[in-house]
Amino acid sequence: MDISVKRESLEAMRVFDLATTPLRELNSALHAIAPGTNDTNFEVVNPRGSHAVAVGIDQPVTVEVRGSVGYYCAGMNDGGTVTVHGSAGPGVAENMMSGTVVIEGDASQYAGATGRGGLLVIKGNAASRCGISMKGIDIVVHGSIGHMSAFMGQSGHLVVLGDAGDALGDSLYEAKLFVRGAVKSLGADCIEKEMRSEHLAKLAELLARAGVTDVSPTEFKRYGSARKLYNFNIDNAEAY
Amino acid sequence: MSYHNPYTPPRKSATFDDYTLAEIRRAAATGIYDIRGAGTKRKVPHFDDLLFLGASISRYPLEGYREKCDTTVVLGSRFARKPITLKTPITIAGMSFGALSGNAKEALGRGATIAGTSTTTGDGGMTDEERGHSQTLVYQYLPSRYGMNPKDLRRADAIEVVVGQGAKPGGGGMLLGQKISDRVANMRNLPKGIDQRSACRHPDWTGPDDLEIKILELREITDWEKPIYVKVGGARPYYDTALAVKAGADVVVLDGMQGGTAATQDVFIENVGMPTLACIRPAVQALQDLGMHRKVQLIISGGVRSGADVAKALALGADAVAIGTAALVAIGDNDPHWEEEYQKLGTTAGAYDDWHEGKDPAGITTQDPELMMRLDPVAAGRRLANYLKVMTLEAQTIARACGKNHLHNLEPEDLVALTIEASAMAQVPLAGTSWIPGKGGF
Repeated sequence: MDISVKRESLEAMRVFDLATTPLRELNSALHAIAPGTNDTNFEVVNPRGSHAVAVGIDQPVTVEVRGSVGYYCAGMNDGGTVTVHGSAGPGVAENMMSGTVVIEGDASQYAGATGRGGLLVIKGNAASRCGISMKGIDIVVHGSIGHMSAFMGQSGHLVVLGDAGDALGDSLYEAKLFVRGAVKSLGADCIEKEMRSEHLAKLAELLARAGVTDVSPTEFKRYGSARKLYNFNIDNAEAY
Repeated sequence: MSYHNPYTPPRKSATFDDYTLAEIRRAAATGIYDIRGAGTKRKVPHFDDLLFLGASISRYPLEGYREKCDTTVVLGSRFARKPITLKTPITIAGMSFGALSGNAKEALGRGATIAGTSTTTGDGGMTDEERGHSQTLVYQYLPSRYGMNPKDLRRADAIEVVVGQGAKPGGGGMLLGQKISDRVANMRNLPKGIDQRSACRHPDWTGPDDLEIKILELREITDWEKPIYVKVGGARPYYDTALAVKAGADVVVLDGMQGGTAATQDVFIENVGMPTLACIRPAVQALQDLGMHRKVQLIISGGVRSGADVAKALALGADAVAIGTAALVAIGDNDPHWEEEYQKLGTTAGAYDDWHEGKDPAGITTQDPELMMRLDPVAAGRRLANYLKVMTLEAQTIARACGKNHLHNLEPEDLVALTIEASAMAQVPLAGTSWIPGKGGF
């Protein structure tokens, strides 16, 4: 990868080389951004699978990560735009509050776990438990997702252009799931639901925000909660 | 001589006692297990089974009202840039807004603050009232992540990663729909009135290697300022403590089976986990084996009721204790003042444990606006502060009698056990002997 070209084009970008600079310096610099400053462009080179890269961002900064990252990249992001030009380890954008996180490659387990807001785009595939316990985040996966995705999802949207693994949406609350490909199986209390006009409109908006231009919302099916397990009933015990 | 068959009284089974029979009938009638609050009610070896020896010819005491006995404790000195210092080693355990009313949480914060100690959030997030009234507030990081956000992480004084709790090691939780007010629902991102499950496992890590990375993330988000606690239920205290240390914890919180819960199956509370007394020495041993005793602090909870209990926990090697049930009692839980209403609920003061139903006459374990108003957070906070001060004084009294000028100078050598079981668990000699079961070849 020719990093020098990129650096020239973005003169104001601050570059952190994790081969020589401690992770602490990167995150510390991101947290030191004062509201309203123009010095908001960051680049991270040689992440080499580092964990906790660009976590706890609380200002509208832009972070370009040139390579693959380990666990919890962009964890608890609140307003930042983080792009990983590689793949991401477990828990990418976990508990995101707002902002955008884009993974150019694949994402491991728990992508977007417990996220409360913002947009997570995974251009490759996502492993198991994508969107687990999601609480308002929007997730768009260009590829496929693994088993137990959106487990106990509370709110937000999970859009999958490829296939979904076993037990999609198990114990789902109010999160809305859209899958274009095959669903291997649905989890407890998750059912296919009617795709109404408001869902198509929302899906179109999500696809547009995720940069997907060659796919129609009508190609998707919608899944959501049957709401039969919302209040404990002994007669439902065998559903778990 | 005529023979009369002597009267023999009816004999009830020890195995099928009245309570057991009633439980069988209840299960048969309802088809569902019993859910309740609080910790184990069965009798288990406990601090009551230990005694202090006090001073003697070989140990001299400190003057009760003249010579200093320090009670301060510093938590988080291993890695945190801002460790917390408490005036007393008695902290308030994590209890959620949701399970408890806002007034109850405020009272806990007020009482802890007056006494110079910390209080702890719970499963449901941090409220402004709680933050505002708590000088030192520990923010729990739980599997459900209800209410979790980076702003609250940063305005907390410490972070407690909850792996488990003594009432239910390995169990999640359920806040039933009747306790879900608009505010509770909003904080938890769920519709009003539906049961809210609290997961038993964290959604984005499993095992000690992951935990180490999770702790790294939390430290990075908070710029390495906050002490990070790891709380575990009393299951495998030696290994859990060792693994928490390995994962980078500043503080290990270890909760025995007498520790309370807001709502869990009775069968779980009574049959899973170990008594607090059985947990302390293995945990301390793990810290000592790693050379981390007093470097990583150990907080013990589960059935701590008095200054004597505090002193005994510290003598066995803990750095501090946490109280939950006792704190609720101090602010008014199960108070005989409400006996008439407890009777209407089919129970009696001292036995009320249906905390999950939200009908608490004392206004503590409820979200009912009328019931909540019964608890004056200022007066209740004062009661808690009084209680904390009494416990601290009691612990000091015992420590001085043992010749200790700091509660942390209490040691196992100051203790004997009244029963063989307690002797084995606490690893102090049976009173009047030099025998510790399992030691010295017996």
